[in-house]
Amino acid sequence: MTGAALIILALGLPLLAAPLIWIVGNRPNRREAVTLTIAAALLLVVLAILPLVLAGLPVRVALGAPVPGLNIAFSVEPLGMIFACVASFLWIVNSVFSIGYMRGNNEPRQTRFYVCFAIAIAASIGLAFAENLFTLFVCYEALTLSTYPLVTHHKNAEARQAGRTYLGILLGSSVGLLLPAIIATWVLTGSVTFTTGGIMAGKVGPVIGGILLLLYLYGIGKAALMPMHRWLPAAMVAPTPVSALLHAVAVVKAGVFTVVKVTVYIFGLDYLRELAMADVALYLAGFTILTASIIALRQDNLKRRLAYSTVSQLSYVIMAALILSPLSTMGAALHIAVHAFGKITLFMAAGAIYTAAHKTKVSELAGIGRRMPWTMGAFAIGAISMIGLPPAAGFISKWYMLLGAFEAEQFFAVVVIVLSTLLNAAYFLPIIYAAFLKPQTDGGSSHGHGEAPLPILLALVATAAGTVLLFLFPGSALELAGLLVGR
Amino acid sequence: MSGLIGDLLAHLPALQVVVPLAAAPLCLLAGRAGLAWIIAFTAAVAATATAAALAYLTFHNGTISYHMGGWAPPWGIEYVVDTANALILLLVSAIATVVLAFCPASVAREIRPGSQHLFYCMFILCLTGLLGIAVTGDAFNVFVFLEISSLSSYALIAMGGHRKALTAAFQYLIMGTIGATFFLIGVGLLYMMTGTLNMADLQARIPAIQDSRPVAAAMAFITVGLALKAALFPLHLWLPNAYASAPSAVSAFIAATATKVSLYVLLRFTFTIFGANFAFLNLPLHWVLLVLAVIAMFAGSFSAIFQRDVKRMLAYSSIAQIGYITLAISLASSAGISAALIHIFNHGLMKAALFCAMGCIFYRIGSTRIEHFAGLGRQMPWTMTAIVAAGLSLLGVPLTAGFISKWYLVQAALQADLWWLVILIAASSLLALVYVWRLVEAMYFKAPPAGREDVGEAPLSMLLPTLLLAGLNIYFGLDTRLPVAMAESAAALLLRGQM
Amino acid sequence: MLQVILDHYNYWIAIFLMMVGFYTVVARGNLVKKLVGLNIFQTSVFLLYISMGKVTGGTAPILDDRFQVYSNPIPHVLILTAIVVGVATTALGLGLVVRIRESYGTIEEDELDLADGET
Repeated sequence: MTGAALIILALGLPLLAAPLIWIVGNRPNRREAVTLTIAAALLLVVLAILPLVLAGLPVRVALGAPVPGLNIAFSVEPLGMIFACVASFLWIVNSVFSIGYMRGNNEPRQTRFYVCFAIAIAASIGLAFAENLFTLFVCYEALTLSTYPLVTHHKNAEARQAGRTYLGILLGSSVGLLLPAIIATWVLTGSVTFTTGGIMAGKVGPVIGGILLLLYLYGIGKAALMPMHRWLPAAMVAPTPVSALLHAVAVVKAGVFTVVKVTVYIFGLDYLRELAMADVALYLAGFTILTASIIALRQDNLKRRLAYSTVSQLSYVIMAALILSPLSTMGAALHIAVHAFGKITLFMAAGAIYTAAHKTKVSELAGIGRRMPWTMGAFAIGAISMIGLPPAAGFISKWYMLLGAFEAEQFFAVVVIVLSTLLNAAYFLPIIYAAFLKPQTDGGSSHGHGEAPLPILLALVATAAGTVLLFLFPGSALELAGLLVGR
Repeated sequence: MSGLIGDLLAHLPALQVVVPLAAAPLCLLAGRAGLAWIIAFTAAVAATATAAALAYLTFHNGTISYHMGGWAPPWGIEYVVDTANALILLLVSAIATVVLAFCPASVAREIRPGSQHLFYCMFILCLTGLLGIAVTGDAFNVFVFLEISSLSSYALIAMGGHRKALTAAFQYLIMGTIGATFFLIGVGLLYMMTGTLNMADLQARIPAIQDSRPVAAAMAFITVGLALKAALFPLHLWLPNAYASAPSAVSAFIAATATKVSLYVLLRFTFTIFGANFAFLNLPLHWVLLVLAVIAMFAGSFSAIFQRDVKRMLAYSSIAQIGYITLAISLASSAGISAALIHIFNHGLMKAALFCAMGCIFYRIGSTRIEHFAGLGRQMPWTMTAIVAAGLSLLGVPLTAGFISKWYLVQAALQADLWWLVILIAASSLLALVYVWRLVEAMYFKAPPAGREDVGEAPLSMLLPTLLLAGLNIYFGLDTRLPVAMAESAAALLLRGQM
Repeated sequence: MLQVILDHYNYWIAIFLMMVGFYTVVARGNLVKKLVGLNIFQTSVFLLYISMGKVTGGTAPILDDRFQVYSNPIPHVLILTAIVVGVATTALGLGLVVRIRESYGTIEEDELDLADGET
């Protein structure tokens, strides 16, 4: 099958899933079967594209041009490949988890949940494969709009408030900052196509270039650079599978993916090195890393702590991209995948705890490791990956970032990485310590609960294992990341 | 070419106006609503076909000049069709057709049975006026058609169900007449100075006398008069009341077309007759328009956010959108004029779809107040889909027509090196987000109020036109060839030999 | 200076009437008075047109050997149309006033504003 057909298939499958799920919505078993079958098929299609990309073959398809010069076109390059692999694999895992969670908690409106989820996946795949900024922007907005019903799943006042914040920040930043930046890029360079080496060099002066860089960084609200991060904690009101979607599978990944893509293929690393603003942006990212980590320390609600951890981890990717050395760019690309696996493990563990024990606070978790050893074991692996210790994959991406920072002599970045590693440890290790080593504290209120339902456990163990396996066998991921920077 | 068809084609510009004009008394004579509707609808379809043929001919063969009654210009009345007004003709007649298709059920609900045929008579007369304004090449003729469309629209608005419609129509009558009279004064001054009323002739004679004070005064009177008609801030006060209290079908038709036609005339006078050099170098018209347009964008959107009646909200949104169009005109560049024409076209589609959807809702629940929208997302899913689609277009989300408008507008601003305008455009789009989302939240998040019986969708004859218009908002976001090609060709024509 | 004013007396009259009409429209609260003002306003413009077509010493444009100088008939014809428009506007306006009076019981603007208020 040709590359073009594969891309169409990869976009079409989740789009096809949406109406199918709707049609069989009254029969939960069939509905879930549709989701899982199509998710599996999508993964196979994405994996079928992988060898073509590794072989350096062009894989592209153009669907039309609403405005002359502005194509709706898709073309697969290494970074998009990483993102697409992560999203399509985690769709399966997250669906398995969702089945356990949604049924275990008797959530309403499950059909709508799966429909929107499928559309969000389609948007993510489109975003991953977008050939130019315009296509990317379209998919970016589609992702925002399709996840809005998920964030407001509970339809109560709290959900509506969160939905306002979510939509307000994401649409606000994208329409208010990102779109003008894209149009300015178009006017200044005559192109919005992602091009190896960037398109800005020689066409955009340093001042305008610096302004554009800031417009992009803040305009991509999904990357949650402070102060654009507020939607992330707000969106925590949604059910846990939605949090997993936002934090691991699609939304924030789409944000940092876009940032890396813009720095590498629109600005170009060489051009950015001449830009004073790139250093400023680096400091901003470093500031976000540290501040978010400190805020995370103070959160007692487990999901909120994880949310701030995400904010900090996202800025790792932004900072790594702005260190502007090929090695750290590889680190950024790897970190997108690594963080996805680690964070989805953590969120699913939080969901498992909620489903089995109805606990949401860190302070309530003492001794829970003995009742839910699998869950907390997976949680520990996810946490280790976040901190960046072997044998979890987080180590690899951090390693590349550090190497890159030394290579580019960005010692600020080195200091930030070291400090934040300590902070990460400070907010994750006590949870693990309490869960396994502290005695249970709740006075009788706790009824005898055991592990979470089996689908949840399966999903948890799969992603935790993925985190370890990615550490042990980083081959393809490294190869793709290497291709991204031409190594 | 065979004789009959050849004759028909030769007289297309006249037929464009004559067919609906002849249909109006027929509607009156018909005396019954059903028959009157058939006559009006047939005339509107014929007008659309004529407009489509004219658009095709002008786009491929260039400008058409038609001498009314065989009298040669500049003494006789000349009808001139080029790509600029062909686009307007097409928009106006197509929207009239779709809205007329929407009419029977809506009119049966909102207008007294005895006067329904009069409604169709006025409707088709209003269409005549709007088409006449667009097609004519004679300055005084513009005034006559302007008054035909205005008088019929005052009557149409007064047919609204609530008594407020009467005061709204009266208010509109006073302000509209003042606007038209201002326009008349301007035309009189021009005639005094040049001795001609033909637009092409005026264009040729004005440069020689452009430094004289009467010409400047003429420009000022004409601009103010048209700004009143186009509801450009701060002359917009008649618009919210008129749109909010008019019958649904009238709101949909007038909101989509009437102000747009006035803006077209403004374009025609500014660029063709006075010439950009006169308007923008001798007089600081562009700064005046630009500042007013920016204020309109924000004042309109801010007011829209606080409205409790959704039709009023949409009316204020129109004021903001007219601001966008005026802003594009004020840039006085080829890109700006294209952007203005594209937005005239796209905004017509958006507002027609939204007001038709309001008609569907009014048909079922008898109100358009936002608190009564609660729970409609579940009860009228298709109408709500149309609102969301047109609302997204209003915001300028990609793959909708609204995005194309914004894209060209922002490009035009950037070409003029006005970076800060881009920021303002983006900021005002965000305000639109607020009021569109208020609507979405009301529809989808609240349970239907207790006591309201379970309402369903509006009849298909209303729903289908609404969905068609909403679908066109998406279609013209994907396939932009028609409006963009016409607008760019029109911009080149309007600016020919200038700047 | 005085000569300039006197030479253009027709314009001054038109402007004076125009302002009187405009003021009446804006300042009067009674809807009928507003319409009267509107009529004066329109009429002033008619006068502007008619007087501008007048050629000193010219007659009505009747083709006859005895007359050499004719006034310009076009503005007069134009104004015939405008008068018809004005009559239609007045008729429609008065019709509306009657309907307003029927449903509100008043034709004073401030009372009308109060009648509907913010319902």
